[in-house]
Amino acid sequence: MSIIRVDDLTFRYNGLDVISNITFAVEKGSYLGIVGPNGSGKSTLIKNILGILRPEQGRVELFGNSLSVFRQWGKIGYLPQRLSALNAHFPGTVEEIVQMGLPKKDVITLRRTLKMMAIGHLASRLIGELSYGEQQRAMLARALMRRPELLIFDEPTTALDPETRGIFYSLTQEMSRKDGTTVILVTHDIGAIGQYAQNLLYLDKKVIFSGTFKDFCSSQVMTGFFGPTSQHIICHQHDQTRSSG
Amino acid sequence: MDLFDIFHYEFVQRAMIAGVLIAAVSALLGMFLVLRRFSLIGDGLAHTTFGSVAVVLLIGISPLYVTLAALPLVMIASLAIFKLTSSRKINADAAIGIVSSLGIAAGIIFASLSGGFNVDLLSYLFGNILTVNNTELFLSFIVFLIVVAMVIYFYDDLFAVTFDQELAQSMGVNTRRINAILFLLTAIAAVLAMKVAGIMLVSALLILPALTALQLSVSFRATMIAAVAFSILAVVCGIIFAFLLNLPAGATIVLFNICFLLLVFVAKKLSVLRR
Repeated sequence: MSIIRVDDLTFRYNGLDVISNITFAVEKGSYLGIVGPNGSGKSTLIKNILGILRPEQGRVELFGNSLSVFRQWGKIGYLPQRLSALNAHFPGTVEEIVQMGLPKKDVITLRRTLKMMAIGHLASRLIGELSYGEQQRAMLARALMRRPELLIFDEPTTALDPETRGIFYSLTQEMSRKDGTTVILVTHDIGAIGQYAQNLLYLDKKVIFSGTFKDFCSSQVMTGFFGPTSQHIICHQHDQTRSSG
Repeated sequence: MDLFDIFHYEFVQRAMIAGVLIAAVSALLGMFLVLRRFSLIGDGLAHTTFGSVAVVLLIGISPLYVTLAALPLVMIASLAIFKLTSSRKINADAAIGIVSSLGIAAGIIFASLSGGFNVDLLSYLFGNILTVNNTELFLSFIVFLIVVAMVIYFYDDLFAVTFDQELAQSMGVNTRRINAILFLLTAIAAVLAMKVAGIMLVSALLILPALTALQLSVSFRATMIAAVAFSILAVVCGIIFAFLLNLPAGATIVLFNICFLLLVFVAKKLSVLRR
């Protein structure tokens, strides 16, 4: 069963197409990277999938259900590109934010998740008092805390230091391989995508490329975008990670 | 007169009870409004209340039921602000400005149609908690119960929407419903707060206790409790001082709220300097 099925999706803003005629599916347990230049509609696509934005045309299915009837939101962990309106004076503690929306508070999992993201010592600090990188780690902890079946990350590593970035990628890869968690990662970092994702969706208002990394490496269209050297390096990194994994 | 003697008066008892209930309701809702940058909605709705009261007085409804009768129009105005802001094409401050000016303009027109500003209408501009009647006391009690029940029942959703609306949507929170509930409850609170502080100062009851509590930098739940405590304390002190010194109650309550904000602000600065 496809975890996500997007069919002929078009979203317009002020009469202009932000994304048009997007069609693709994500299978259970797969690790999909969504890449594309600035303004290519990556975040808009994610917001349409999650029902935050309403498309002009097309259909989205989550876990086999149309978005309009889908109610199992606990199965999804989402990390937005940036918090749309985080008030610096918001009085929520890291602990409160990470447990937000959970039906039952689980102190042991909370402590473990905070420790994993190296923010255990910040549990009782207010989210607005933290640096952007620490806030990002708290938001990652929130997404992971639910142990969701589908994880969607929109530019998750921009504010992270290299060490935490490494932990994040390894963790998501492990969750995908061992637990069968489906991961969607939106990023500019095609190098990272090459190391961790099996599938790639290249977007520039419409789908330019959709397929496996093997297909990506032999795609002439992608050679045109990245140049033969960059494409070779990305594919080489991907092969190395696969063989060591 | 002994301090406790004033509590022997029935109208003071009524004012205290209604004041405490309205203070708690305003502070609870104010927390969400301030954090979501809707602070001035109290002003907008108060101005609409002015228009609504002018209509109600023009059609000759008994002063006993003015508060009750003004409610539907203010609730409609609140939903209009909600609708305008939901379209994402008009910012919250502009939407509040539109509805606010409509309320004032309508109020002036209806007041002039009824032969100019009469004493009744002016009394709503400045409010007087000491004139709260039994209908308003009963209404305050019902609204208090509804708001507390709603905040407890929808606490997780309200928290999520206040933190980040898009993130809340991705968690399956029906943000439209939560926003509509918040706006409608605020409309009711604004009408009731008009009796405490007057139309001119309604927004102070919504904004100041929340702002004071936010200075404490404690958890969300603790901030909410602190806001309610500051708000109630300001109303109690305000009513007592107003009665003893023969001052306008609404303005005295608001000044107490400002004093608390300044005190907490200064205390916070001093504690930072000592570290």
